[in-house]
Formats: sequence, C-alpha cells, structure tokens
Amino acid sequence: MNRSERSERSERSAQGCEVRPVEDSAEAPAPRLGDDHQPGPLDPGERRLVLRQGLSVALATGAYGVSVGALSVTAGLSVWQACVLSLVMFTGGSHFAFVGIIGSGGVAAAPAAIAASSMLGVRNGLYGLELRRVLRVHGWRRAAAAHLTIDESTAVSVTQGDPRASRLGFWVTGVGVFVLWNLATLLGALVGDAFGDPRTYGLDAAACAAFTALLWPRLRDRETVAIAVVGAVIAVVLLPALPAGIPVVLAALAALIAGRRR
Amino acid sequence: MTLWVAVVVAALVAFALKLAGYLVPESALSHPRARRVTAAIPVAMLAALVATQTFGGPQGTLVVDARLAAVGVAVVALLLRAPFLLVVVLGAATAAALRALGWG
Repeated sequence: MNRSERSERSERSAQGCEVRPVEDSAEAPAPRLGDDHQPGPLDPGERRLVLRQGLSVALATGAYGVSVGALSVTAGLSVWQACVLSLVMFTGGSHFAFVGIIGSGGVAAAPAAIAASSMLGVRNGLYGLELRRVLRVHGWRRAAAAHLTIDESTAVSVTQGDPRASRLGFWVTGVGVFVLWNLATLLGALVGDAFGDPRTYGLDAAACAAFTALLWPRLRDRETVAIAVVGAVIAVVLLPALPAGIPVVLAALAALIAGRRR
Repeated sequence: MTLWVAVVVAALVAFALKLAGYLVPESALSHPRARRVTAAIPVAMLAALVATQTFGGPQGTLVVDARLAAVGVAVVALLLRAPFLLVVVLGAATAAALRALGWG
C-alpha cells in the first residue's frame, strides 16, 4: 500500500468513525474518544500512520529547540537554566516568551517574564480537560501525561479517529518532542544558533501546515468547521489587543457552540 | 529575584497549569454538554493557534507573509489528498522558497 492510499484510508476511518465527541447525544452515552470500544491492537497501517505523524511533528518541533537554546543563552541564561526551562517548563511558546523578556529587560523583568510564560501555558491546562478522558491515566502516569501535554501531542492525539490511535499519538508525539526538544536545547545553548534562523527553512510554516493537516480530517461536519472558524477568528481579532497567549485561550470559547441545546 | 528563582518559578507554574487540567474533579465535567464542550476545546484552540501562528507578527501585529502562502499550499495539498508528511514538507518548502526570493 502506498502512502496516499494509506492516508486516504485513515481519512475514511476517521470519517466513518462516528465516535466524535461533538456528536454525542445528550441521552445515550455514545462511544467517544477515551472509551475503548474496539478491542485488540491497532491495525498496522493505522499504527504506522500515527507513528509517522507523531515522529515528523517531533522532528519539526525539535528543530526549534536549537533556536530556543541559543536564544536562552543570548538572553543571559546559563546553559543549565536553558536546559531546566526545556525539561521542566517544556512548552515552547512559554520558553520563547520567557527568554525574550529576560533578554530585553534582564532579571528586573523576571515578574513580567513569569507572567508572560504562564499566560502562554494556560492552554495546556485546557487541553488536559479532554486528554484526561482519552488517556485515562492515574498516579505517576498522570503526572507524566500532564507534563507532555503541549500543542503538538494534543493535536496528534485528538485528531485521530480511534481511541487507541489517540493514545499512541499522544505518547509518541509527547515523548518524541520531549527527547528531541531537550537535546536540541542543550545543543543550541552550547554551540549557539549554528543552523541560523529556523524561518529560513520554513520551519514556522511547517508547524502551521502540520496543525492544519492534523485538523483537516476532523473538519467534516458543519459544527466542527464552525468551532474551528470561530476559534480562529476570535484569536486573530484579539491578537493585537491582548497579551500573547490569551487570544488562543479565549478562542476556547468557540467550543461552547458544541454545548448548545439539541 | 535571582534568575534561577525566576526560571524555577516559571517552569513550575507551567507544569502546574498542565496538571490542573487533569485534576479538575470528574463530576465537574461529566454532564453531557460539558463533555461536548471540553471535547471541542482542542479543535477551537488548535485552529486559533494555526491562525495566530500564520498571521502573528512582532508585538501583536497582524501580517500577511510567506506563512499564509505555505498554509494555502498545504490546504491545496490536503484537498488533493496528499499524505501528512508531504503536506508539512510542502508548507516548509513554500515558505523557505518565498523567503529565499526575498518575500515574507
């Protein structure tokens, strides 16, 4: 089977799998992401597709780690401080914002840097509201899942049509990004921006294209399209007026469309 | 506040925010409408993320540049049922090529 056949097949299965949470009826607890209704292992083709998605997202994201490591050191952080941010903060937007503000304002700007990185981190908490049901984790696995809850792992996970694929996608992407991001941060902090601006290679656009491609198979019904469009419009309209991170969090209000009486 | 304190506080706040989503009491989310809403949140925010990453310029400005062209090419590729990896590579290549030509 070639790649496009496989991709088509996965699209079909996503389409045919009417387990999408937004379609749940209020009465019957319809099957949904997080309820494992299909026993047995994931189909090998599907599995390869999820692995390929997760690993390519991890590679593209990891490449940014070099840049964040280099910027951290330029901003006045030590190599260790850069690495602690990547290991413990582990959410790229927040890391970039934090070092950007320290870089321009020094230690005196630390409260502003913490505020900015925290505002960009709020969306991860909102992702967790849905991922906890998909992943069904407890104890230390819950802490690990929370730590790996970022845009990339969420996107690969929630856009799969099968709950097993959702779990696999989350862990592969989360662990893949974690490993590559941290290695790249260390590399960038040690040798500087050896590869230059990631924009030169279009890596920022690669991220936009990847998130678009992940969302694509879900944009099949009018309600999901409406939620996506309203979310995007909210964020773009608010972008010039509000601090970084807040517009995307407020875009979550578009999800209320799914909660209307039916 | 030393830089180390700031680094550790910012990192721990980021982790606490992530964990908070997993610690909200199950009962608060079990109503069918609440379930539908929380299930739709990632789609709303990821679409918002694509939009802000595509149009966001420095200091909260909105700009149209090579990123929009890249997303356009990605959408065309998706309409033609291109596989995931090809869509991502085409997006990156579009932006890289336009920037090499001096636009965006």
